[in-house]
Amino acid sequence: MINYWPLIGILLVVAGFALRMNPMLVVTGSAIATGLIAAMDLHEVISTFGKAFNDNRIIAIVWIVLPVIGLLERFGLQQRAAAVIRKMRNATTGRLLILYLLYRQITAAIGLHSTAGHPQTVRPLVAPMALAAAEKQHGGLTEDEAEKVKAYSAATDNVGLFFGEDIFFAIGSIVLIQQTLATYGYSLAPLELALWAIPSAIAAFLIHGARLALLDRRLGRSGQ
Amino acid sequence: MITLHWLYNLAGLMFAAFAILSALDRSNAKRLGNAAFWGLMALSLLGGDTIGDFGNGLLVLGLAGLAGFGFIGRSSPPTTGEEERQHWSDQLGNKLFLPALIIPATALLGTLLYNYTPLGEAGWIEAKRETYVFLALGVILAFGAIFAWLRPPAIAPLQEGRRLIDAIGWAAVLPQMLASLGVLFAAAGIGDAIGSLTRMVIPEGSIFLTVLVFGLGMAIFTMVMGNAFAAFPVMAAAIGVPLLIQHYGGDPAVIGAVGMLAGFCGTLMTPMAANFNLVPAALLELKDQYGVIRAQVPTALPLLAVNILLVYFLAFR
Repeated sequence: MINYWPLIGILLVVAGFALRMNPMLVVTGSAIATGLIAAMDLHEVISTFGKAFNDNRIIAIVWIVLPVIGLLERFGLQQRAAAVIRKMRNATTGRLLILYLLYRQITAAIGLHSTAGHPQTVRPLVAPMALAAAEKQHGGLTEDEAEKVKAYSAATDNVGLFFGEDIFFAIGSIVLIQQTLATYGYSLAPLELALWAIPSAIAAFLIHGARLALLDRRLGRSGQ
Repeated sequence: MITLHWLYNLAGLMFAAFAILSALDRSNAKRLGNAAFWGLMALSLLGGDTIGDFGNGLLVLGLAGLAGFGFIGRSSPPTTGEEERQHWSDQLGNKLFLPALIIPATALLGTLLYNYTPLGEAGWIEAKRETYVFLALGVILAFGAIFAWLRPPAIAPLQEGRRLIDAIGWAAVLPQMLASLGVLFAAAGIGDAIGSLTRMVIPEGSIFLTVLVFGLGMAIFTMVMGNAFAAFPVMAAAIGVPLLIQHYGGDPAVIGAVGMLAGFCGTLMTPMAANFNLVPAALLELKDQYGVIRAQVPTALPLLAVNILLVYFLAFR
């Protein structure tokens, strides 16, 4: 008989996020509740949570780029990125982000997914460039428009990464698919799986690229 | 051999410095909270393997308590103003990009050289972690270049780093918390429960509706877990393998590859994928913490529909 009670843990997370409670508390509360409902004792729950946190420390490594990024910001990197864009006659926010989308998909597809990202490239370069392009084209931006341009810059990085990386055959998700299906007796070559990621990658480029092209027009409209 | 532990130590020392500078920062009313928070991160990175599972658990509770009850806050370490930055930018010109590009270029070239030349044959880096090691090397090289060229005050990198990490705040730690929550969810059998619930809603005899439930299930379960990796084994066990592959004879390669990508559409729509969706909102100082998700939903939904159709048309040719 399958035990459905631990699903309460999911409901707690959804409710916590919906009520905009502090996510650190939501996650911790849900973790403890889920463990207790699944008949672990408190000591076991805390130990399991702590061990998992320790096993996932690799996530924290990327922050070592912050001192370099901060140092370059001190010397005007964001201003420089904006200045370059202002000099380009044909640069628009949409075109710039479409180029970045393509760059991100291609580099991720050849296994270089960790070379760009939100701290490494979006904050210091892509977002200030996108903002400068929008300001050049439409004059001063309202706060909402500036928010939108920044949010689209981050979104473009994510879409490019997700729908590029699976074309690279040696990535974790491909290995996971291969391992999972192998347990049921289907042995697949990683390359075979990677090839089937290409149609989705093209679709992602077309859909998100079209939205980026529309972004130029929407910014222009609300700016008038 | 260079292992991940070298990098944990490097990051740990950085967080320790953030903690000390926070404690000394009298301009920040919450300086002790910040010092404790980054100090716990330093302890985790430097000593996580020696304090035991329960010790790590208490450490995580400490992080959550400090963040959740408002003990940490933004600081304003010494940095340059807008005018001064504009002046530097005009004076230094496009050469300023070079140190910024050292990090991605080192990570890129290093990874390529390590994997495709005899350089990597000696195995002097922990397997599959070479990009992280070259990322760290890039950071060190970039420091060398910036200090040789611009000669900033020696404390500047740590203060500037603290300025950014305080702007991100607890969102910097949330992805690791969510990954840990996923482990607890799995241990509690949530995967089995979801799989069995999904099977209940599958109608008999319709390939298309089965594909639809598979694709939507991947996306929704990914939204719940924040990670398609957690959703895939569950959906494969519940629907992908028994129904789509074995019962209806679908192509396992398509169902696996495109099914995973249907899950990635879910990743674009959930705050649970904090490192992709909430961290950049903090990093770009957006007012709306869900701003990045809002920008992604109109891409994710049509793309999910495309992926479901791709499974249907390509797996059942």
